[in-house]
Amino acid sequence: MIDIGLGHYLTLGAVIFSIGIIGIFLNRKNIIVILMSIELILLSVNINLVSFSIYLGDLTGQVFTLFILTVAAAEAAIGLAIIVVYFRNSGTIRVEEIDKLKG
Amino acid sequence: MIAHAIFFYVFSIIAVVSAIMVTASKNTVHSVFFLILDFISISCLFIMIGAEFLGMIMLIVYVGAVAVLFLFVVMMLNVAQQKNQWFISKDSSKHIPIGLLISVIIFFELIIVIGGWKYKPELFNSENQNIINSVSNTHSLGQVLYTDYIHIFQISGMILLVAMIGAIVLTFRQREGVKKQSYIKQISRERAEGVEVLNVASNKGVKIDD
Repeated sequence: MIDIGLGHYLTLGAVIFSIGIIGIFLNRKNIIVILMSIELILLSVNINLVSFSIYLGDLTGQVFTLFILTVAAAEAAIGLAIIVVYFRNSGTIRVEEIDKLKG
Repeated sequence: MIAHAIFFYVFSIIAVVSAIMVTASKNTVHSVFFLILDFISISCLFIMIGAEFLGMIMLIVYVGAVAVLFLFVVMMLNVAQQKNQWFISKDSSKHIPIGLLISVIIFFELIIVIGGWKYKPELFNSENQNIINSVSNTHSLGQVLYTDYIHIFQISGMILLVAMIGAIVLTFRQREGVKKQSYIKQISRERAEGVEVLNVASNKGVKIDD
């Protein structure tokens, strides 16, 4: 318990990943919370990469964490732009009422 | 070692609780704030285990840019009025058991992978760790990033450029009836269409219609 190792960080990543997936499935309010859950999932991936990189002494994990940060920022910007456009056209971003594709 | 354990448990408990509150909070603004708290605690963990540069970048990029962007959009779209309704209809609550089941399955799969996985002890005695410890984290990251990964670094810059242009193009809207300055019209104006020389007869004046 006291000796913190790699497994502790990986478990923390797994817990946050599962919470992100629960957030995607259970959310019925609006799409923005789903985007935030995707950010949580990317965050847990970052935790895994950084802890492996530190404990195995290889810098490649931290470099790829930087690239994941870049892609996450781009994804958030594009996703929020799409949400703004959709809200302007249809007046709602509630998950249940977005059924134009009849999915 | 004890201090390391105490800080790890404090920050990870804060991170997990705020992650739960992101998904469970009824008000969307509150979930954005809990997302910020989550990012802050995770970046504290990163700084604690020795990845200082990534922790600071995480604070700057996520808390400073992404979370504020989320907050802007949430406040702009006026979704706060929906805050008291979790589920509109009854049949939507049937997603709950499916979602719980899938996430619990994924969680236990990850736990089994972590528990059954043993790292080789000779990996810890590798020479890479000594190289990292001799210089600071930021220094060694920069040495790798600008030499070995320079192409991927530039491609990530292109990704950011494409995202910026895409966001501008998506949300750009031309309104009717807004007066704007037109540089082309201003520059291409000639003297002949702007100035007119009139021969004014004395005591009569002239009528200028514009």
